[in-house]
Amino acid sequence: MSRILKHPAQSVNTVEQLPPSPGQLARTRAWSHRGFQIGTGILILLILVAIFAPYLAPHHPFQQSLPNRLLPPVWVEGGNWTYPLGTDQVGRDYLSRLIYGTRVSITIGLSAATIGLLIGVTLGVLAGYFGGWVDHAVSFLLTTQLALPGLLLAMALVFFIGPSLIVVICIIGVLHWTYFLVVTRSATQHIRSLDFVAAARASGASSRQIIWHEILPNLSSKIIVIFTFELGIAILAEASLSFLGVGIQAPTPSWGLMIAEGKEAIFYRPWLVVLPGMFLFVLVIGANLMGDGLRDITSPEEKS
Amino acid sequence: MLNYILQRVGLAIAVAFTVSLAAFLLLNIATDPAYAIAGEEADPEVIEQIRIRYGLDRPLWVRYLDWLTGVLRGDFGVSYYWNKPVATLVAERVGTTLTLAFSALFVTIAIAIPLGAAAALNRNTWVDRLALWLAVSAQAVPNFWLGLILIILFAVMIPIFPVSGDHTWLHFVLPAFVLGASSVPPVMRLMRTGLIEVMGSDYIRTARAKGYRGQTLLLRHALRNALLPVVSVLAVQLGQKVGGSVITESIFAINGLGRLALQSILGADIPTVQILIFLFALVFVAMNLLADILNAALDPRIRIR
Repeated sequence: MSRILKHPAQSVNTVEQLPPSPGQLARTRAWSHRGFQIGTGILILLILVAIFAPYLAPHHPFQQSLPNRLLPPVWVEGGNWTYPLGTDQVGRDYLSRLIYGTRVSITIGLSAATIGLLIGVTLGVLAGYFGGWVDHAVSFLLTTQLALPGLLLAMALVFFIGPSLIVVICIIGVLHWTYFLVVTRSATQHIRSLDFVAAARASGASSRQIIWHEILPNLSSKIIVIFTFELGIAILAEASLSFLGVGIQAPTPSWGLMIAEGKEAIFYRPWLVVLPGMFLFVLVIGANLMGDGLRDITSPEEKS
Repeated sequence: MLNYILQRVGLAIAVAFTVSLAAFLLLNIATDPAYAIAGEEADPEVIEQIRIRYGLDRPLWVRYLDWLTGVLRGDFGVSYYWNKPVATLVAERVGTTLTLAFSALFVTIAIAIPLGAAAALNRNTWVDRLALWLAVSAQAVPNFWLGLILIILFAVMIPIFPVSGDHTWLHFVLPAFVLGASSVPPVMRLMRTGLIEVMGSDYIRTARAKGYRGQTLLLRHALRNALLPVVSVLAVQLGQKVGGSVITESIFAINGLGRLALQSILGADIPTVQILIFLFALVFVAMNLLADILNAALDPRIRIR
């Protein structure tokens, strides 16, 4: 903020005064965007929790203790500080499992969103840059993918191939690229028509060089915005699959799976369902707020 | 106009065929149906017999054509798991899922349109901010978790609604809310931006200058135009509701197509699963086509393009 405010004063002394660069403007906007700050804060905090899970968790997430089954959280009568958020059906510490669950969600979210990014951006840039039949083919692929019931297909494929971490990541990634495609395609069409691309072509740059050096760098901010949104979507997709029993399998602490396990005791021990859902909600809202904020900051003209 | 419609119909048919190919191939490559019928530990000889009995020894493309011609004649095959024609299974449940989908759409409309309009008319006030925060939150809430929370609140703590089943309309209230809530954010945002745009347009200024005020201005001039894009998005959302029924029906134990889909997957019932994937995709394609045609009918600029 202070850098921008100084400009009018400086202009008195200096003959030539540069307007603030796009980077400076973006930083100024970031400093005053509360949603962006909250979202980024949540995301950084939870990533740290995921990385340092072994140091933060009071117990091992798999360690069962049958005498201590289904203990309530500390604020409910009968709870104690040894198990701050209580224990599950086989006496595992719920807080430790929730902390390790951060790892599962973030790992799957980041990996699946990366796969979606690679597929969507590749197709989007090719369709936008070359146009013609490439564009028609990609558009048809997009229409088909949008028509397929994503969750149902993911459930079926994960179940029939065999549920494992890698399979869940790949299936979610392969089914979540359309948003990347739609945005990069139209952005590439726009950039392609600009003068600096024509200049690069006139100076003898190949299509490949133009795509790598002129187009992709200009797409990066849009791609990052979509990546944060897709991160949230992929995390919810994993939780849904695991909840339905066709995702991450026991005893891995996935929040979706924990909700499914807690569902059996929903009438007497609602916290088994409520707590993992709150973690999930906070993580996804963090990603969405950061995405909304990044979009406002990098392309304020699209702000609603 | 006719040209445009024919073009959209042609595309929809092409997509429908591609989707049928995808549904069939993906499932039959992901797993060996013979193992799915017999179980993983079955005798190789038994597997071989099953392969011959069900015609699974034929090449993949022959099986696909066989399946597709059957589907076109209305013969959806026989379920391995339920031992019934898949068409019967679907017919028994389609009404329930459609009831759920339309009730959910009603919930979406009842929440999203007034909220979006209120946000647009009170732009940058606390109403607007509350609406946007609601939208952001609704997008981040896991659907299945919302369902369970509502069960805890309104079926256990304050027992107003039944926990599960599909016998009376009361059973559909919570599921319709859960399924409908997921469409509120996009529809609300569209309503809001649409109405803001319309309220700033020249013809509204003219109407104001002519002396129209308040409700008349809003209802007779602004809302009608702001609703046009919303209508076609609602058609697409209805298509997604059918696909979204999987989670909602499973939580509330509603015997519709979504629950059938989950049960068939867990029962490794490939004939039922591939028909359901195909049917859900068809509904989506049909609703998209409807949205395109509605759009073109309401906005001449689209069909001339």
